[in-house]
Amino acid sequence: MSEEKPDQSIDLRGVLCPMNFVKTKLKLEEMETGQVLEVFLDDGEPMRSVPRSVKEEGHKVVQVENMGKAYKLLIKKQ
Amino acid sequence: MTEQTVTPERVDIQKLKSGGFIKQTQKDLFTVRLRMPGGRITPEKMAKVAEVAKKYSRMGFCHLSFRQSIELIGVHIDDFDKVAKELATAGVKVASCGPRVRVPTACGGCEYNPNGLMETQHKALEVDEKLFGTPCHHKFKTSFSGCPIDCARTMENDLGFQGAVEPQWDEPLCTGCTLCAKACMEGAIVPDKDGKPIFDPGKCIFCADCIRACPTNSWRIKRQGWIVRVGGKHGRHPRQAEEVARFLPDEKVIPFIEKTLQWYKDNGRPRERIGTTIDRVGLYRFITEVAGPVLQS
Repeated sequence: MSEEKPDQSIDLRGVLCPMNFVKTKLKLEEMETGQVLEVFLDDGEPMRSVPRSVKEEGHKVVQVENMGKAYKLLIKKQ
Repeated sequence: MTEQTVTPERVDIQKLKSGGFIKQTQKDLFTVRLRMPGGRITPEKMAKVAEVAKKYSRMGFCHLSFRQSIELIGVHIDDFDKVAKELATAGVKVASCGPRVRVPTACGGCEYNPNGLMETQHKALEVDEKLFGTPCHHKFKTSFSGCPIDCARTMENDLGFQGAVEPQWDEPLCTGCTLCAKACMEGAIVPDKDGKPIFDPGKCIFCADCIRACPTNSWRIKRQGWIVRVGGKHGRHPRQAEEVARFLPDEKVIPFIEKTLQWYKDNGRPRERIGTTIDRVGLYRFITEVAGPVLQS
């Protein structure tokens, strides 16, 4: 996976499903195609659901980083 | 006696049951069960059902049956013709009960449910159109679930079809992001030291969550179709259905049901559900005489 520099960042640790996805989606809507959003997510249900929903919306997860109890995702707006 | 009673001359109860009219505790009142394959109904039909219920239900309510249909409660026997005719003006049909193929049930289907793997609603409509009412030794219930969550309870039906996808992994596209392992709730995917998936097919239940999660389409569909289960029922003596086929192609669903009905007719006894027939003659007979031949046809 190529190193991408995030244009925006959103910390969704402690935010439950499906609000974490809704917030990700709204953030992506504000952004330009090709820009990268950095998202912090809790492990467990959020990590199961949010990446999948992001893909269904047509965007691309370009990087996943394990930070222990949480994960950092980089999502490229398509 | 001032009240009119239901006499054998006035009405044949068995004939009524085949027409979807079910006798109630109350004298001369019947439940009218509607034919709603997959539980789907348009607002126009719903409005007509409401209008007819308001006019003819002498108890003033409807009931949602356990097999996804609306039942009009407390319809007087003298109103049967009018009820059927008025419902028919909006294309609403009356279902049936008794020893025959019942209206299929189905989940919402992959048309709008993101978990869906196979289209259940169209299949339920097709089965209803082609096989509804076929006489059998006992009731014969079919159901369609779009994915392994199995909302339509294929384990509890005489013949149940559940959507399934077998995944396949292509290494060159994989970036080792581990999202597939996160997505898999069955523990069938574990990441190795580089984040690449180690897949245990024995644990896979064919839900396709790995495919949905994979950002690079490294996980793809290998096979897609129906898992078929036979012999399930609830009621006084529940019995879990047994899996008899995997990844049955969509176009073989109707032939599978037809062959099953023929086998049931030949091997079953009167008032015996197919699960009991299978317990008596052996599941291997069903697999070799029905499932195998249909899969290989």
